Amino acid sequence: MPIDVAARVIANRPLSSDYNVLALAAPDIAAIASPGQFVMLRPGTGRDPLLRRPFSIFEILRDADGAATGLSILSKRIGVSTSLLYDAREDQRIDCLGPLGRPFTIVEPPSQAWMIAGGVGLAPFATLAEALTAGGVKSTLFYGARRAEELFYLDFFRRLGVELVLTTEDGSLGERGRVIAPLDRRLADLPAAADVMLHACGPEGMLAAAARTAGKYGRPCEVSVERIMGCGLGGCYSCVVPMRGADGAVHHVRSCIAGPVLDADQISWE
Amino acid sequence: MDLSLQIGSLRLKNPLIAASGCFGYGVEYADVVDLSALGAIVSKGLFLAAREGHPAPRIVETPSGMLNAIGLQGIGAQRFIDEKMPELRARGATVIVNVCGTTIDEYVEVSRMLADTEGVGAIELNISCPNIKEGGIQFGCSLNGTFDVVSAVRKVTAIPVIPKLTPNVTDVASFARAAEDAGADAVSLVNTFLAMVIDVETRKPKLSNGVGGLSGPAIRPIAVRMVHECRQMVKIPVIGMGGIADARDALEFMIAGANAVQVGTANFVDPFIWTKLLDGLCDYGRRHQVERLSDLVGTVNA
Repeated sequence: MPIDVAARVIANRPLSSDYNVLALAAPDIAAIASPGQFVMLRPGTGRDPLLRRPFSIFEILRDADGAATGLSILSKRIGVSTSLLYDAREDQRIDCLGPLGRPFTIVEPPSQAWMIAGGVGLAPFATLAEALTAGGVKSTLFYGARRAEELFYLDFFRRLGVELVLTTEDGSLGERGRVIAPLDRRLADLPAAADVMLHACGPEGMLAAAARTAGKYGRPCEVSVERIMGCGLGGCYSCVVPMRGADGAVHHVRSCIAGPVLDADQISWE
Repeated sequence: MDLSLQIGSLRLKNPLIAASGCFGYGVEYADVVDLSALGAIVSKGLFLAAREGHPAPRIVETPSGMLNAIGLQGIGAQRFIDEKMPELRARGATVIVNVCGTTIDEYVEVSRMLADTEGVGAIELNISCPNIKEGGIQFGCSLNGTFDVVSAVRKVTAIPVIPKLTPNVTDVASFARAAEDAGADAVSLVNTFLAMVIDVETRKPKLSNGVGGLSGPAIRPIAVRMVHECRQMVKIPVIGMGGIADARDALEFMIAGANAVQVGTANFVDPFIWTKLLDGLCDYGRRHQVERLSDLVGTVNA
């Protein structure tokens, strides 16, 4: 059952002029959250903006004994709500409802897990990487952004033992171009006997390309989708994704409760 | 304070109703809300057949409101009866089903199926969805159409029939009168206001459907006025809705003439709103020495 708390802002750390990491005191939500789940945040107090916004849980914050003290979100300033979150001050309260949605599947060794992140699509992979490392799963993060300054938390993933494959559109760090190119090469080189699970989060075009590439090599792939969401609980039917059902027909599936993590090969990509 | 009220043969323990299209089929909220504590829940709109609705984006936010164009995605009447009603009965929910149709025959058939289903307390007739071309609104925008749908459904069911009226007409009270004349047990209003939002960068509408229905606090004063007009025109109960976000808003509708109220958009913002609304009504009752909440209905000193 989801919990709603008026969470205190523990810290708000800008990563760039657009990105910030907002830490919220929501220990009860953090304690029961699984990698890939999300929270619905209400950054304002009045009625404009009115609706909450969905955010992947970025980090689970813990005290020295390992007990959950809160969670953070990775936000990119785009509209009114993300601007309010960028400007949020310490000790301010933000309504936080969660944890919500279907989490990632966490494989077991000897299977590997490859994470594919584009821009703010890094958000669900910090907790997933922790879970994979804790489970002894060898993991790789394919992470693409526009430029070097927008590749965040690289040391966090390195400390967990995650192999990093970086790309930037301007070539300022890692390979120049999009993240799908190295993914394709690595999949081509992977021995058929080796199991790997792909997890992708990022822009819609990148997700479709990741799904296509996974399909080309017959590898399972989960994508974490982002849709405009009204409620996060299945009430409003706003956040639908066209998916092929068991009957072979395409149905509109609510990504808030069937997802946000969905099996890529069932999505009807345009 | 006595919070109960009567709509035809249906007794509601309190006037707080979850609005159609804003509460799934009710079962989605069973772990969040005590469904039996609500006055009633109204299901998503049901046709005979399942429908997929419009592609995303289906909603867009506006100042103190939102537009939706879901397109009446739904599982159809039979699957609702088979898959959702057992849990709703087990949870003790008072269920009102929202019935849609593209023809009068379809309204009649869906209503007949649902009226025969154990645990269905009333039928809300959706003659007001602004988002699909071929269903409902053509009845809801014509006085004769409203009369014909209500009287046809009235003939085949003994449970209360509640047409849901559109605000997208010049004189909504005349539609309430047509519904009353046709044998409706109550009317509910307002459905959403037909509206449009355009992305100026791309010069495209922000909804896949182009237009959608505006709801939320932005529409509340218009909805209150329309409820007030209907109260003066008909004797049957009026169920008011449109932007209710707290107990004071609900009381405003009741004082304007609503016997009960529906809450939609605000439930998206706060799924735990129901106990807060109930507490607010009870607090008002204590402060104003109200013995029966229904005594407040239509008491505006206008």
